[in-house]
Amino acid sequence: MTPEFAGGQYIIEILYLIASVLFILSLKWMSSPASARHGIWAGEAGMVLAIIGTLMRNGLHDYRMIAMALVLGAIIGVPLGNVAMTAVPQRTALSHAFGALCVTLVGSAEFYLRTPNISRFMMSVLSVEVILGGLTITGSLMAAGKLQEILPQRPLTYKGQNFVNLLLLAVALAIAVTLVLYPDRSSLFPFMVLLALIFGVLLIIPIGGADMPTVISLLNAYAGLSAAAMGFVLDSKLLIIAGALDGSSGLILSIIMSKAMNRSFTNVLFGAFGQVQASAAAAEAKPVRSATAEEAAAILSAANRVIVVPGYGMAVAQAQHKVRELYDALTKRGVDVRFAIHPVAGRMPGHMNVLLAEADIPYDHLVEMDEINGDFPQTDVALVIGANDVTNPAARTDTSSPIYGMPILDVDKAHTVMVIKRSMNPGFAGIDNPLYYLDNTLMLFGDAKAFVGGIVRELGGGHS
Amino acid sequence: MSSSSNLINALFIFVLAGFIGFEVIRRVSPLLHTPLMSLTNALDAIAVVGAIVLVGEHASRLSFAFGFVAIVAATSNIVGGFFITDRMLKMFKSSRPANKS
Repeated sequence: MTPEFAGGQYIIEILYLIASVLFILSLKWMSSPASARHGIWAGEAGMVLAIIGTLMRNGLHDYRMIAMALVLGAIIGVPLGNVAMTAVPQRTALSHAFGALCVTLVGSAEFYLRTPNISRFMMSVLSVEVILGGLTITGSLMAAGKLQEILPQRPLTYKGQNFVNLLLLAVALAIAVTLVLYPDRSSLFPFMVLLALIFGVLLIIPIGGADMPTVISLLNAYAGLSAAAMGFVLDSKLLIIAGALDGSSGLILSIIMSKAMNRSFTNVLFGAFGQVQASAAAAEAKPVRSATAEEAAAILSAANRVIVVPGYGMAVAQAQHKVRELYDALTKRGVDVRFAIHPVAGRMPGHMNVLLAEADIPYDHLVEMDEINGDFPQTDVALVIGANDVTNPAARTDTSSPIYGMPILDVDKAHTVMVIKRSMNPGFAGIDNPLYYLDNTLMLFGDAKAFVGGIVRELGGGHS
Repeated sequence: MSSSSNLINALFIFVLAGFIGFEVIRRVSPLLHTPLMSLTNALDAIAVVGAIVLVGEHASRLSFAFGFVAIVAATSNIVGGFFITDRMLKMFKSSRPANKS
């Protein structure tokens, strides 16, 4: 090694070190909306430094093709950064697939460059890298397809499903072990990747839309861990750090999401949710009280405290801007309006906050479940818009309910509950909601956007 | 390429970075979980450095082709990820006038 070479190496490593620090700062600044945008700048700066450092490495000569690939990626990236806020969950799933694709391709290329001189340790992490990467590619594509509604959202289950899935994974792992012991059997490698790809598809088939927040978080963790494994293979500290950060982020979000649904990881992955219960049919004939927009407006304008409970249905109906008008009209009359956000409201962690922020609702009026639940008994009106299971009191009382034990927003404790709903059909998970039959509940039947618009007109605060 | 001391170093870094990740991300406001995910997604695309080396070295036709596609995939995550995170964070406004920019 010549001294110049060693000097260049040091500069590159220092650049990588600065990039690592910037990445950590970037996540640290996400702790509050006030500092979060600094986080993006730190992340971008770290990324630029890391790429510059890599381009300085010895032995690179094909710079033209590197530049072409970078430009091509940037061209694809711009529309992916420009999607509507309602489409962010599927965009996120798609980008997990892209990240995992990068990791799996690099891992496969490294395998073929190094075989058969691969140490046992190296082959082990390489296997982890491509198996995790492979299942994340197809799993994320499936999740994106379900979220975009290209694929059916209802979970698809069949007998022996878990057995088939586990068998497939076991075969992939057996191939990995064989390759670790006999690294010259490189013809086995494509089968390992193929099995991981198939496993990813089968893993998501039995998962319904309501479980998407957990699944996206879990795929995020897998993508991060596969990148960390790639860091071990390439002996890159920067990659190990970035992968570990991404992996722990995905893991923390998955834990929060599973807790919010009172389910374990294994339960999400292996116990398809959403089969309609046989008992649900028995509840159809019960009477409900309904109200018109005029009546709803009268009750709301007489209230002092209102809590709005938004759900994914609000986003589907594109009602968030009408909800903002309602918020304005009520605030103008001196009504205290806040929003109760359940952790799994929406299709990914934090999705509802983004949708409401887009409608210009100030973030200090968006309150987490644990913080706001104690306030429902002192609340005059709880207005439920497009949310269902997260308000279902059966989760507290009915031990036979599939969502028993799931933490919910205690809307039934408010003086009056108003639920905007298209019809009495059960929600996404196909579970009947006893909330609708309570004495203090008023059903507001109709499209969320049109109905909220109607209330706003009655209040005289509409812009129409 | 990687001796056993390198392996131990790598494991140290992985475990410590995991700890930092846990402690830092535990403090992220639930308000920002969606932008957090798109940001970590962009940061994770640092895997592009491995792909850049593959394309730059052009050691075999296969490694070049895989590396090229890998750069495209990762770069689209970097650009798209930072872009959409910024768009989302711009929308978060406080009702307190002091915080308005």
